[in-house]
Amino acid sequence: MSGHSPPPLITVRNLCLTGRRATGPETTIVSNVSFDVAEGEMLALIGESGSGKTSIALALTGYARTGCRIAQGELRVAGHDVRTMGASELRSFRGKTIAYIAQNAGAAFNPALPLMEQVIEPALTHHILPRKEAVDHAIALFEMMALPTPHTIGARYPHECSGGQLQRIMAAMALITEPEVVIFDEPTTALDVTTQIEVLEAFRVAMRQCGFTGVYVTHDLAIVAQMADRAVVLKNGSVQEEGPTGQILNKPTQSYTRQLVAASQPHLRNHDALPPATPLLDVQNLMVGYGAIMPNGHPRHTIVNSVSLPVRAGETLGIIGESGCGKSTLIRAIAGIQPWSGGNMFFAGEPLPPRIEDRTPQQRQHLQLVAQNADLVLNPALSVGATLRRVLTFYNEDASDAALNRVLDMVRLPAAVAGRYPTQLSGGQKQRVNLARALAARPRLVLCDEITAALDTVVAAAILDLMMELKRELGVSWLFVTHDLHALRSVCDHVAVLYAGHCVEFSTASALNAPPRHPYTRKLESSVPEMHPGWLDGVIRQNGLKPGRVAPIPAHGCCYMPRCPVAVADCAQTPPPTWQAPSGALINCHLQAPDLS
Amino acid sequence: MMLAFPLPRYLTPFLQAPALLALLWLLLALAGPWVAPYLPGEVVSTTVFAPISARHWLGTDYLGRDVLTRLLYGTSSTVLLCAASTVMACGAGAFLGMMAALKRGMTDTLLSRFMDGVISIPSLLSGLVAVATFGSSVPVLVLAMACIYLPGSYRTCRMLALSIVQKDFILAARMRGEKTSYLVVREILPNMAGPVLTDVGLRFIYAVRLLSNLSFLGVGLQPPQTDLGSLTRENLLGLVYGAPAVIAPALAIAFLTVGLNLALDGKGRHQ
Ligand SMILES: Nc1ncnc2c1ncn2[C@@H]1O[C@H](COP(=O)(O)OP(=O)(O)OP(=O)(O)O)[C@@H](O)[C@H]1O
Ligand code: SF4
Ligand SMILES: [Mg+2]
Repeated sequence: MSGHSPPPLITVRNLCLTGRRATGPETTIVSNVSFDVAEGEMLALIGESGSGKTSIALALTGYARTGCRIAQGELRVAGHDVRTMGASELRSFRGKTIAYIAQNAGAAFNPALPLMEQVIEPALTHHILPRKEAVDHAIALFEMMALPTPHTIGARYPHECSGGQLQRIMAAMALITEPEVVIFDEPTTALDVTTQIEVLEAFRVAMRQCGFTGVYVTHDLAIVAQMADRAVVLKNGSVQEEGPTGQILNKPTQSYTRQLVAASQPHLRNHDALPPATPLLDVQNLMVGYGAIMPNGHPRHTIVNSVSLPVRAGETLGIIGESGCGKSTLIRAIAGIQPWSGGNMFFAGEPLPPRIEDRTPQQRQHLQLVAQNADLVLNPALSVGATLRRVLTFYNEDASDAALNRVLDMVRLPAAVAGRYPTQLSGGQKQRVNLARALAARPRLVLCDEITAALDTVVAAAILDLMMELKRELGVSWLFVTHDLHALRSVCDHVAVLYAGHCVEFSTASALNAPPRHPYTRKLESSVPEMHPGWLDGVIRQNGLKPGRVAPIPAHGCCYMPRCPVAVADCAQTPPPTWQAPSGALINCHLQAPDLS
Repeated sequence: MMLAFPLPRYLTPFLQAPALLALLWLLLALAGPWVAPYLPGEVVSTTVFAPISARHWLGTDYLGRDVLTRLLYGTSSTVLLCAASTVMACGAGAFLGMMAALKRGMTDTLLSRFMDGVISIPSLLSGLVAVATFGSSVPVLVLAMACIYLPGSYRTCRMLALSIVQKDFILAARMRGEKTSYLVVREILPNMAGPVLTDVGLRFIYAVRLLSNLSFLGVGLQPPQTDLGSLTRENLLGLVYGAPAVIAPALAIAFLTVGLNLALDGKGRHQ
């Protein structure tokens, strides 16, 4: 930078953070981190989980998590020296100068208060605006965030808003005091791709109109490309590389950055030919729901509606759909832990009873579930070895140390992990142990519910590679549920697209890329962030923003009708037929191939 | 053998102050009668409410008996009685609580409603009613206290077990087809051992307070047996002389309850 440019708004010099667990020794979390952020700039902090990006972001607000402290270094934010401020100065600094938008807005709001009260609270406590003006300002911010019914949404309670709406309301709350610096900590990680677009766009509009300086913490490089001017790449608490976004993404100089970029580039992992068409698991017209049973024999709320899926022996079947579309419900029904009200299932030619208790020991052994949240899935009181050994002995397999090591080796974990407890493992390691427990039973089909959702790109890529290796080595079939289209494309043979509990498209993974496609598949596809900077603008220009409130799904029409851009008159009255495209894809829509290309 | 493996990790925090203190009291309770210098009923002095002296370390009581001896016997019965009823209450509470959490449905509803009913009666009142109905004897007292503290323990254990039962590792074990006994012993108990032991400590303190209250009202342990509450009561006259005969048992109750409480609190803060 030349000598004429104004001094940076944020200066971090040689920042060191240390922390300790319980009574353990003090360890370094972040060492010698330095960077500047100029006024009006957006800086991205990139790194995998555990790289210290959130710790740095919190340090900017003068906050250290319990057990952690800022050991040394200089932190200057908008003319304040953060480390020398007292408690009351810090409080007003956090209210007026810097604001923090956290990952999970749903958890940050008080469920018992209307949203407006919570949004204007910072302005009132810091005496920045009188109440009436604060409310007007909040409404203006809601409008800017493209929230539906900005004048009345403030009267709602947190549970009456979706995750994406809450995230934008949280941003409005952060902006109400007109701070100079706003920190975004993975604000869209918990959202699905279609919602993510709206939230990202709202943030960008806000940034343009309010002119704040931003720090954006994320592990998603495609989002960095849309949002940030410059980026700092972190690994294990130290800076790997720093530079303009374009250079980091296109011409990374450090090997770690290159690895990150490579891991987020979509690439095909599954090179095997399609196995022959003998279904291992055959799901036919499955109906699953919650709530009281109605006179017609179905539960009050239907979640999965007449879904049919054949899973061939030795293939990977992917299921994709947005949050709440019933993916987990479907998987749980197949696993036998969610009663279903209609349809049939066959496993290896035999009928599969709905309840896990009624299934034969073979069926239980050959059908294994790997659940979404690795933290809840391992018993914290049992060591990894004890957990795995129990599975081996339960199925009368060899449970010697050698056999145990073989199982650990299958998921590429060292034998030493057997003696550890779940709390001593990282997220990726836990997920591998979780997989190992399923594999120890020698299953024929493994049901995976979003097993990579909580992992960062590099670790998730390793798990996907592992899945494909195991498929080749052991001939395991996988049912892979995800909302990540890249992951889906790279590992699956067949793909089912789920919308509101209906299977709207069923095709081979390669046919998914080629027209004709179901309108929802196309929408999903265009919503996946891409690494080039102009992507978000392009999508917004093409689709416009989704109208705030969508009409309810018609009782007898197409489930996608309220959001479908190409709907015709028939769509509201008659259920769409399923027809086969030349590519082999089964599409559930009133329109025909020429209209959907 | 089944329990030997997972428990120690979760016991370590408990194996500090509270456990040591509890052990100390238990030792005192067991050894007290053996090391007591006199017999509990023996009148050994002509002075009543004598002050501290070399012969009688804690003076004498209203009949001229040795207070130290009687205090040791009283501590012994208070601690052992309360420990017995606490173990019974918490054992049954934990068992029923885990069953309710595992079975849910009707079992859970019926048990929980019943326990809610029992818990709504003040403990001193139910104690008095039990004694009035069945007379005051050691078995009646122990059983009555066990019944009084069972619902509280049940509620704690049910809540703890409920949060564990919803975890996916229980689901994984159930999907494997594991028996309920395995679920309880290997998957659930080890994960609630810490909080449950804290709860046991608290219930013990409540039991000491209840027994002392009953005895102080004269409906607890009957002479010639003594406990800390009845010792305080029978020597109440000594209060005007400031005799150790009444101060010592009162202090013993305070040390027992407040000490354990503080230790448990400290442990809670550590975690
Ligand atoms: N126990 C329940 N009772 C009533 N409704 C439920 C219950 N569990 C889930 N649902 C509803 O069923 C729908 C589908 O839930 P499901 O968990 O299958 O979604 P999902 O596709 O897995 O979403 P995500 O991607 O967020 O995991 C949601 O609308 C949810 O609110
Ligand atoms: S049936 Fe109609 S509403 Fe449904 S996806 Fe096709 S065009 Fe859209
Ligand atoms: Mg799910």
